[in-house]
Parts: sequence; structure tokens; C-alpha cells
Amino acid sequence: MPEMVFRTKHVSKIYDTGEVKVFALDGVDLELFAGELAVLLGPSGSGKSTLLNILGGLDHATSGRVWFRDLELTDLSDRGLTRYRRDHVGFVFQFYNLVPSLTARENVQLVTDVAATPMAPAEALDLVGLGHRLDHFPAEMSGGEQQRVAIARAIAKRPEVLLCDEPTGALDSKTGVQVLEALRHINEAFGTTTAVITHNAAIRKMAHRVVMFQDGKISDVLINETRLMPSEIVW
Amino acid sequence: MQALDRKLIRDFQRLWAQALAIALVLACGVAILQTSVGMSRALEDTRAAYYERNRFADIFAEARRVPLSLISEIEAIEGVWAVEPRITGDAVLDIPGRVETAMGNIISVPQTGMSRLNVPILRSGRMPDPEAIDEVAVNEPFAIANGFRPGDIFFANLNGQKRPLTITGTVLSPEFIYTIGPGALLPDNKGFGILWMSERATAAAFDMTGAFNSVSLKLTASARPDVVIDALDDLLDPYGGLGAHDRSLQQSDAFVEAEIAQQRSMALILPPIFFAISAFLVNMVVGRIIQLERSEIGLLKAIGYSDAEICFHYLLLAGLIALAGILIGWCVGDWLSRSVSRQYAQFFDFPFLVYHTSYAAFIISGSIGLATAIIGAARSALQAARLAPAVAMLPPAPPHFKRSILDRLLSALRISQPTMMILRSFLRWPVRAAFTSLGLSLAVAVLIAASFIGDSLDEIIDSAFYQSNRQDAMLLFAEDLPESALEDIRRLPGILQLEGQQYGAAILRNGHLTKRIAIEARRPDPDLSRVVGDRGQTLNAPDEGILLSTRLADHLQVTTGDMIEAEFLSGKRGTYQISVAGTVTQFFGLGAYMDLGALNRLFHQSPQISVANATLDEGQTEALHAAMKEIPKLTGTVMLTTSRRSFQETISRNVLIMSTIYTTIALLITFGVAYNGARIQLSERARELASLRILGFGRAEVSYILMGETMALALIAQPLGWLFGSGIAYAMTSDFSSDLYSMPLILKPATFAVASLVVLGAAFLSSLLVRRRIDRLDLVTVMKTRE
Repeated sequence: MPEMVFRTKHVSKIYDTGEVKVFALDGVDLELFAGELAVLLGPSGSGKSTLLNILGGLDHATSGRVWFRDLELTDLSDRGLTRYRRDHVGFVFQFYNLVPSLTARENVQLVTDVAATPMAPAEALDLVGLGHRLDHFPAEMSGGEQQRVAIARAIAKRPEVLLCDEPTGALDSKTGVQVLEALRHINEAFGTTTAVITHNAAIRKMAHRVVMFQDGKISDVLINETRLMPSEIVW
Repeated sequence: MQALDRKLIRDFQRLWAQALAIALVLACGVAILQTSVGMSRALEDTRAAYYERNRFADIFAEARRVPLSLISEIEAIEGVWAVEPRITGDAVLDIPGRVETAMGNIISVPQTGMSRLNVPILRSGRMPDPEAIDEVAVNEPFAIANGFRPGDIFFANLNGQKRPLTITGTVLSPEFIYTIGPGALLPDNKGFGILWMSERATAAAFDMTGAFNSVSLKLTASARPDVVIDALDDLLDPYGGLGAHDRSLQQSDAFVEAEIAQQRSMALILPPIFFAISAFLVNMVVGRIIQLERSEIGLLKAIGYSDAEICFHYLLLAGLIALAGILIGWCVGDWLSRSVSRQYAQFFDFPFLVYHTSYAAFIISGSIGLATAIIGAARSALQAARLAPAVAMLPPAPPHFKRSILDRLLSALRISQPTMMILRSFLRWPVRAAFTSLGLSLAVAVLIAASFIGDSLDEIIDSAFYQSNRQDAMLLFAEDLPESALEDIRRLPGILQLEGQQYGAAILRNGHLTKRIAIEARRPDPDLSRVVGDRGQTLNAPDEGILLSTRLADHLQVTTGDMIEAEFLSGKRGTYQISVAGTVTQFFGLGAYMDLGALNRLFHQSPQISVANATLDEGQTEALHAAMKEIPKLTGTVMLTTSRRSFQETISRNVLIMSTIYTTIALLITFGVAYNGARIQLSERARELASLRILGFGRAEVSYILMGETMALALIAQPLGWLFGSGIAYAMTSDFSSDLYSMPLILKPATFAVASLVVLGAAFLSSLLVRRRIDRLDLVTVMKTRE
């Protein structure tokens, strides 16, 4: 039985606009295991991003409890959550969120400056196949390259978990595959627990497990007996 | 270097134009603060060192003729450390090669050759020989103005005798840091000199052997000046004492003190305006940057940067802008402070300049500048720190617009959509719109405050030189002469019109309130020297009683019908009760006027005159001056034609310098506010404007939205600026009012018009600079960029 990395218990998130209450998450119980590559699949508004934000320490649940290993995130203060993100979590976003005024290397360095045992920025960029684009600014790179810089930035601190929110959402199929390959490579080489949010059903075929979301709840969990390589995925 | 620091530096480089616009406004505040502090300190230190080294006296008194035996009694007054008696007198000077007569103030040098107090500094040559009767040392500015060197000779009319005097040397004295002749409004170094002469020669010339008529005292540290003054007055009273006074009434020191005070108040009035505008600009720019970098802030937080680190990052950006402003301000301030101090040392006759680089001025101006930027950025930086990371990563909600009554009104008016966009933006960001207008209105106000001074001075000049004093020359006599003496003077060449006037030095009292003034007495309906009120009305002194200027009446707290006590210090001395017959509001001086007949009836004597006012035939000027140099009773002449010219030249030069400085300041403020405002609008509206372009709007139409907002705010700023400008002008007139003069508040429509045109023009050019960016707008990229 692999070690459990994340565990949630009856997690709910309610957005109260004053007039209506929106249940972004409604009593979610989920476990993620060490070294696992999980795909969180579901339509827009099904709650997957909200859950990812809560797992990553970017947001608090309205009710329920969340653990990262033995650390309970539920009641951590802002300072505690900052510490947690700094030490354990790597993020990849749909719109890359690179700092436009910093080069690829410097964007990665943003993380290595504050991490405890980071790898060299060049090494991280090498891992995503961008060893030759170190000193380029975001504006000088393609979308796929920018997303790979974002992945390099996420993994440079050697995080235990990598949380990816629609990493291929803004990319075409060909560049998207390059990004998925980088994610799979990191997952296998470092055993980094990886959660990938997508509403692109094709991507589920590369996961160990697929968690299906519907209306703020987990509707199904599938286990892939045979996984496809990213290069075999087409959309 | 940390990646976050690199981001900071690159952000700063990218923002250089906006940062510079703010930095220049901030630099103005820093530079003015530093200059004012540096200069007032330089003046104070220089004056203190000069007074200390040359033992400048604490108490001064003049009398008619005091026997030398009284000195031991003066020395015995408690608190007196040193006494220096001396002989002083005025003389008409005849300078070879100069048509007009000059005036000299003669001061005796003790027989020992060494002054104990008010010690002159020898600048060239030597002091006059104690035994010589025809040698003088002259004040250096007088020598330089007339091109004198030791050995040169000029003539003086000394108590009725014209004598050649040889210049032995040039000196400076702590008593004459600022030298201004009797009746003059500005220094005239060519026409007025201080002459140091041996005690023997002076005593002989002014018939003062065994006596003195002026005394200076230095006090011990614990002495009480008012007690000493009273004691000295008591001792000198039987000998025609004119009232002892401390340094505050010593002409030269009073002028220097006024200048120092003006520098100090300058440090308090102007810089806060610049600091406030800078803080607002920093707030606007940093606020917008944070809005643009929301997702980056979210990312930094997701990575694990703490709230404090993010807050600090944006404060550092404000700090860099401040640093640029502070450095510019320091350089300009230090340079200005040094060069203006040097000019002051020349303007005032200091023998040296004590200028210490004031590190306190650097630290104070720098700290205030930095604090300004930090305060400006604090709110936005804290907001950035408080942004929840998950929220920060989402695109910001579109700004919330609501339909209001105003909207319905605007729709009813069928206003075009672009105009509607401009107006809605004011309603959406009312605080920002208000502050932008406020900033621009301050620029208008600064211009109004600067240019009204010129108009007010014109009014003063007109009142003083063309309404009150219409004579070409004033002839001053050593003592009062019978009015009939005018007939002799009328026979001089070139005299066209002649009127006599009597001056009486007096102390006016009402209870404990006193004032030393000169009472002017004239015949009714004079044509040359008239009493003129602030509305241009001419008045005659009443048949009985005294007419006081409002300023003097206020000081003495008397009104028409009250009785005041007048103690006359010259002529027939004595104390009389006089009724206040009326008051008149005037710009200049502490006027007190009596009818010539009435004054002399009081003294029980026939009418006397001490001054003759004349208009001259310009063709005979030379002959007149030649004749005047031979008149024994004449102690001096004041050529009003020359005074008018030099006064107007000095004033217009100063007004020009001042309006240049203030216009630059107003332009910097306008540029700082308008340019930053337009840049921020462009950044906020880029997508909107690009969309409009895609929809088929032309560049001009799109520019209208961008520039329209800036110009609309600039227009709103005008009436506000007029109001502030009038307020500042009013405050300045009351601030500048002194015993010497009051400033009329003259606000001409042209003043408002010019100020508005300058600011509107500068705002237009600033937004035009930003407008050029619309041409470079890449429509496709802008539309693709995620907010």
C-alpha cells in the first residue's frame, strides 16, 4: 500500500454572494498517494480547481478537514500555509503566470531563492527540454515553452506534490503533448505526486487514477490498468 | 541577486518615464527644503560668526550731545560688559566724475585706533591715522561701486565746510551687512557710503569735542536688555537721547533677520505641496501596477513568498522612485544652496561665508522624501499583501458601473458614447479623478501666487513713486530751517517746482503701547509729496490733530477722536497730547501726518522745514548738483528719478526670476500629474480602446477618450486652482505685511488666464505624449492578453 499524501474528509466550499449560496465543493472525500499521477476530470464549475486550491494551500475549505501527510491544513494560519507552499508544493497554471520582466532562468530562480534544497534553475529547465532557452524572456517563447518554464519553476524546489491546473488548456495538441511528457517525466524520475486538472478527457489515459467531478462532488474514480504515453494521446 | 530584486529593477526600468515624472515633483520638494534649510543655516552661522568675531553690539543709542563723563555712568549699568561711545554724522559728498551728489555716514574711530565694539574689518589699505583730519576709510561696496582705491580723494561737505578726504583703506563692518541710505528703498552703494574717520577729525567737524552722540553697548550673558535700555534712556534723556534700542531695530540686522525668517517659512510652505502631490502620484502608479500584477502576486504567494515579502517588494518600488527623486533633489538642492548662499554673501556685505554642508538637511529632506513615497504606496502594497492567492489568480472582476440619475440625465442630453465613457470613469473612480484635478489645480495656484506679486508690486510702485512722491529730488537739511529758506533754494539752477516739508522724530504712546516714527508735516494741497490712501485718494492732514496710517493706529489701538501722547525727539523736544483726527489705509510705512502750521503752533515757533521736494529741469541737472555741493546746510539729496529706475529694475529682475522658477515648478507638477494619469488610463483602457479601433473607430476618436479625460479633469481643475491661487495670494499678502509695508491683493483676469493656459497647455502636451502610444497599439495582441 503506497503512502498517503493527501486526505480530505467531507470538504465543502461555499461561495456566499449574499443572495445565493454556491456549493463549489460539497462533501468531498479524496485520497492521493505518493508517486501517483492523478487526473481530476470534470466540466467547468465542477469544483476541481477549488479542490486543487485547497490542497495547495491557496484557499481554505468552508467545512471539512484536509491533511497533507500528518499535517492538517484545515486550520493552518496564513503564515502556516505560506510555509507549507514554500516547502512542499509546486504549481503549474493554465496561463503559465510567468513574470514577463524575468527570463526563463530568473523565473525559475524566483522559486529557488526561497526553497530549502532546490536544484539549479538550469537543471530544472534542462529537465523540461529548455536548456537552450535559459535567457529568453516569456515574450520570446511559444506557449508550450512558457508552460514548460512554468513546470521547471514548479519542480525546481523538488516538491513532494505537483498541482497542475489545466496545464494544456491554452495550448494546441502538439505543444500540449510536450508539456504532458515533461509532467510524466518528472513524475517517474522523482516520484513526485502529481495532480492534473483538465476537462480534456483524452488526457486521462496517461494517469494512474482518474477522479471524475460533477457539481462539486466526486462522481467516480477510475483506475487505468494500462496507461498511454503522452505521445500516443491525441485531441 | 535574487530574482525578485531583478523583477524590481526591470519594473523600474520599464516605468522610467512615469517614475521620472514623479521623481521630478518629489525632487522639487527635497531641493527647496534643502536649499531653505541650508541657506538659512548658512546665513545664521555666517552672521553669528561675524558678530562674534567683530563684537557686534547688543544695544544702540543716539543722542544730541553727551559729555564723555557720562561713559562711566553707562558702564556702571548692571549687565553692561563694554561701552563704545562715538561720533556720527551725515555729509553730502562730491565724488569726482559723478554729477549727482552722494551721501556719507561718518563714524568716528577711537583715538586708540582700535574699536572695542562693531570692529571694522580692514579689506585693503589701512585705517585713518588718529591724528590726521583729512583721512577716511570707506566701506568696501561704496569703494567698489565708485572705483575707489586707497589714495583716491573725494570731497565732503562737513558741517558747512567742503573738504578733500583721502581714502586710506576699505573696510566691512558687522553694523553694515545691509547698507541703505536715508530715504532710499534699496541699497545704492554708489550714492551712499560709510566713512570711518579719526575721532579728532570727526569731533572737530561736528563740533563734538569732549562729547559723543552715539553709543553701543555689549551686554553680559545674564543681562536683561529691556532693563539696560530703560537705564540708558534715563541717562541720555537730558542730552537729547533719541531712544535706545536692541538689535531688532538695527537696520542691517533687521534686514538679515527678515531674510532668514523668510527662508525658514519657505521651508514650511512650499515643500509640503510637492510631497503631497508625490505621495498621490506614487499611490496612483503603484496601485495600478499592483492591479496589473494580480496574477503575478498570486503566483508569488503560491510559490511560497510571504505577505511581508510581497508588501516589501512594492514598497521597494516606491522606494526606488523616491530614491531617484531624492538624489535629483539633493544634487539640485546642494548646488542651489551653495550658489545662492554665495550670492547672499555678496548681496549682504559679509567678509566671509560660513557654509557647512548640512547633513541634517540631507537626512531630513531624504527621510521626508522616502516617507512620502512609502506612505503613497502603503495602501496598495498592503492590499497586494492581503490578496488571497486563489482570488489573485482569477482575472479581476470588471469594474462595477451603476446607472444613476446622472446617467439618465446624460442619456437625455444625448451625449456621445465616448463622452459617456469619460464621464462614467469619473463616477467610477471619483477619488482618483478628484485628486488628479486637485493636483492640477495646485499647479494653477502656484502660477497665480507667483504672478500676482508682480502686479501687487506695480501697484505699490505706482502708489509710492507716482502718486505719493511725485518729486524728482528730495533735499535733506542738517537741521530744520525757517520756511523762508525755500526762497534761496528756489533760485538754484533747474528747480521748476519746490515744496517744503518738515519731519519730526517722535515716540507715540497710548498707555503701554508705543511706536517710534517720523511725523511728516506739510502745507495743505501739496503737489509733489502727498498723502495717498490705498484706493488712490489724496488727503490733507487736518488743521488740528494728527492723521495716522491704519497700520500705526492699529498698533497703538487708537481710533479717530482718541488722544495720544507724542514725545518729540528732535527740534523743540517735548511731550504733547494730540488728538487723532483720522486714519488712512496705505501700502507703505507707518505714516503719521500733521499740518505744517499746526505742528509749529504746537512748538510755538514759525513754520520750519527739514526737507525740500523739487521737480527739476533735466537739462540743468549738472549745474544744480554743482550748486548743491556748495550748500552748507544740505546733508544729502535723494534723487527719486534714480530710485524709481533702480527699484523698478530690481523688482522686474526679481519678478522674472521668481516667475521662471514658479512656472518650472507648475510645469513639473502638471507633467507629473497629467502624464501619469493618462498612462494609467491607457493601461486600464487598452483593451477597450483596441476594441473600439477594431469596431471601426478612428485614431482621433479613440484619442478623444484618452485625452478627453485628462483635459476634462484639467478643466475642472481651473476654477479650483483660481480659488486656491487667490487663497495663497491672500495668505502671502498678510504674511508679507510688516511695519515697512503691506501688499495689496491685486488679482487681474490676465493672471488667471495665463495660469490656466500654461497648465492646460502642459496637460495637453503630457497627454499627447501618451496618445502616441495609441498609434503603436497592436490590436491583436491587446485583445489576446489576459487582463
